[in-house]
Amino acid sequence: MSKMLMRLGNLKKKLTGDNIFRVLSATVATSAVVILVVTAYVLSTGAIPVIQRFGSYFFTGTSWNPVEGRELYGALPYVLGTLATSCIALIIGVPLSIGIAIFLAEMAPKKVRVPISYLIELLAAVPSVIYGLWGLLVFRLWLQQYVEIPIHNYLGWIPIFATEGGGVPVGLDLLNGGIILAIMIIPTVASVSKEVLTAVPDSIREGAYSIGATKWEVVRHWVLSYGRSGIFGAVILGLGRAVGETIAVTMVVGNAIGPNAMPTSLFQPAQTMASLIANGFLEAPNPLDKSAYIGVGLTLLLMSLLINVIAHIMMARILKIKGGAVE
Amino acid sequence: MTSNSANIKKAKVESSSSGVKMQTINLNAWFGTKQALKDINVSFKTNAVTAIIGPSGCGKSTLIRCLNRMHELVPDSRFSGQVFLDGENVYAPGVDPVMIRRRVGMVFQKPNPFPTMSIYDNVAAGLKLTGARKGRDLDKVVRWSLEQATLWDEVKDDLKKAGTSISGGQQQRLCIARAIALQPEVILMDEPCSALDPIATAKIEELIVKLKEEYTVVIVTHNMQQAARVSDFTAFLYLGQLIEYGHTSAVFENPKNELTEKYITGKFG
Amino acid sequence: MINNYVFRKVKNRLFFVLCLACVVIAVIPLLSILYEVVSRGAPFLSLQFLTNDALHGGIGPAIQGTLILIGLTSLIGIPVGILSGVYLAEFGDNKYASFLRAINDVLTEFPSIVVGITAYSVVVIGLIGSYSPIAGAVALSIMLVPIVARTTDESLKLVPNSVREASLALGIRKWKTTLRIVVPAAKSGVITGILLATARIAGETAPILLTILGSNYFFQGFRSPMDALPLRIFRDARWDNPRVQAEAWGVALILILIVLSLNIGVRLAARGRFKR
Repeated sequence: MSKMLMRLGNLKKKLTGDNIFRVLSATVATSAVVILVVTAYVLSTGAIPVIQRFGSYFFTGTSWNPVEGRELYGALPYVLGTLATSCIALIIGVPLSIGIAIFLAEMAPKKVRVPISYLIELLAAVPSVIYGLWGLLVFRLWLQQYVEIPIHNYLGWIPIFATEGGGVPVGLDLLNGGIILAIMIIPTVASVSKEVLTAVPDSIREGAYSIGATKWEVVRHWVLSYGRSGIFGAVILGLGRAVGETIAVTMVVGNAIGPNAMPTSLFQPAQTMASLIANGFLEAPNPLDKSAYIGVGLTLLLMSLLINVIAHIMMARILKIKGGAVE
Repeated sequence: MTSNSANIKKAKVESSSSGVKMQTINLNAWFGTKQALKDINVSFKTNAVTAIIGPSGCGKSTLIRCLNRMHELVPDSRFSGQVFLDGENVYAPGVDPVMIRRRVGMVFQKPNPFPTMSIYDNVAAGLKLTGARKGRDLDKVVRWSLEQATLWDEVKDDLKKAGTSISGGQQQRLCIARAIALQPEVILMDEPCSALDPIATAKIEELIVKLKEEYTVVIVTHNMQQAARVSDFTAFLYLGQLIEYGHTSAVFENPKNELTEKYITGKFG
Repeated sequence: MINNYVFRKVKNRLFFVLCLACVVIAVIPLLSILYEVVSRGAPFLSLQFLTNDALHGGIGPAIQGTLILIGLTSLIGIPVGILSGVYLAEFGDNKYASFLRAINDVLTEFPSIVVGITAYSVVVIGLIGSYSPIAGAVALSIMLVPIVARTTDESLKLVPNSVREASLALGIRKWKTTLRIVVPAAKSGVITGILLATARIAGETAPILLTILGSNYFFQGFRSPMDALPLRIFRDARWDNPRVQAEAWGVALILILIVLSLNIGVRLAARGRFKR
């Protein structure tokens, strides 16, 4: 009898408010893992039909044919399209972001620093669909008239500036997609780079000034040099953001399908993995078709995860090194 | 009035030349609203070592940073007054601080060799900025600077190693070599030995005495014995004001000001 | 030597002008967007526009849909997010919590279209059988929860430990301490995080594209498609009719007003509290 009472007593101890609270909140927090696992499961099982049927063609082929009886699904153009638009985004966006970071960290007087930082942050607050709307109805006209047509007129014989059949570039193409992405990654890359530059110890700047360096020389030869690994991490974060961006790109990239979607020219319509799904998933006529889109989604997720994991490992390593005593 | 003179060696007096290399007139400096220097009038004689002593927070570092226009790099800093280098006002409108800093070099309290550069590149950095190219001429200057800083023998086989891969004392001598490579006229030292062990300190003190043959040296130190060992002239600062200045032996053995005497005898620190 | 010096001075000036130019170039799209949205969208602002359904030239269903989505998502996502953040901050000194934080970071970087696919498969196909506002809310919650968990975690960590210790020393149990004392102390940070995350998901299109589909009518129940502001913009902008495209700016104006005022309002409020 007393043993039973003792067991009950022990149970009562375990059922304290605190323990319940801890277990409850831990359980709720575990929802993150559940979401991840469910997503992985859904995408993998959804992709099985198409991968089973087409195997490696899915990753190396270029045709996309949902017509029954002649189905063929190759995702290569869209993988390359994602990489191409992201590269353009980095080529344009990273130098701009570093320039902004240098301005904010090294140049701007205090009064100017906060408002400008805020403006850059505001770039991130604009919804993706509004970037798309602007890119489609406003920017496209400017791009077409002042950039694409002039370049096409003089340099259209170079493959990267060519158009299908030699016609006038429309402005809904790889270049537009890349530029819109560049604008959208600037807040991320600029703010992380700014943090990196601000963290460079003042002792380095003092040493450089003391040997008669100009302000720009201090930045270029010493500050940027010290912070280069951190800035590289910021760039990878930007890449991750560019790869995952969906709607804005969908609205300006041109919606190409099949072999035509291979990104060979800046002035031709293209397609990214994300935009393919956004454009076609809802109207997919049969389960195999839907499976194809899910397969692309799985590929996209894996690419995005890989890039972001690399970025986080890099940043963690950088923080450990700088935080410790390398100096 | 004598004090703990048992430990204080007589300073060398014969180093004085009649010329004045740098001079401040009515120098005031602020950090925001806080005034760090009040009406400083002091001169630094050519080819001599002048020590600036005083308790923490008295403005010693601020004073030498005004000499090579590093004070103005601090946001919200202000100054007024004049600083002369060879008779010309360093703060005259149109004078570029970059040029001043080439003629007035600085060594900092915590050795700060550039971590992203090799030992060789650390020394060559200042010269490369003014257009020196890789080659035998540059090699010669680097070697000369390291020899002057008495570091050459210790690092001559490791010139490619990172500037931070050597010991603290060696890093500080590397910083001195880096400053010397530009052949400045004045070398400012802000408590150069306070982060170093006694052996490294002794090496650098030896170096300082040797340096004054070629350069004018101004050294900030909180270590009075060091000031007495190494300097020809001493300036005593307290709460931003210049309390006393004179030949080191005079200041230490016969301080004119009661405050100076109190500080030297260790009644406050 | 003099030549080199002048060259260095010129370089100095030049590069800093370039950096300023970078700032200007980056800000131009923002200004252009704001200008276009306001100038092209303002003519559409009228009571009819805001309250009629699509067949009568209005975007009432879209506004209603966005509000419903925000409501449902908040219902699901905010408690889960806050409680997760509480766990991470208050019981977070172990490997499991570090693991969860890493997972949260991973989730915030999911491509939004992938979230849509998951919600589509699980809710639209699996649970309900049709496009549904609930599916949309689930998708948006997947995006909301990791953000709220992280901001709650960080806000709670800012509360000094002395506050917790004082309360525990008085004999108040940990769970009461957390809920009654620590969380209220971090109130402004937590609320700021929630509002910013809400502003973010209010503007998301991809997750709801695959889950609520869009509609011309007002809310028709939990088993029917629904409209929302971002969806409306997405559709109208790509419609082959210039009049419809023009209307998209009106919708965009409404959306931007909601999103930006949430953002700016939150920042102003937070700064005001700091100054005190």
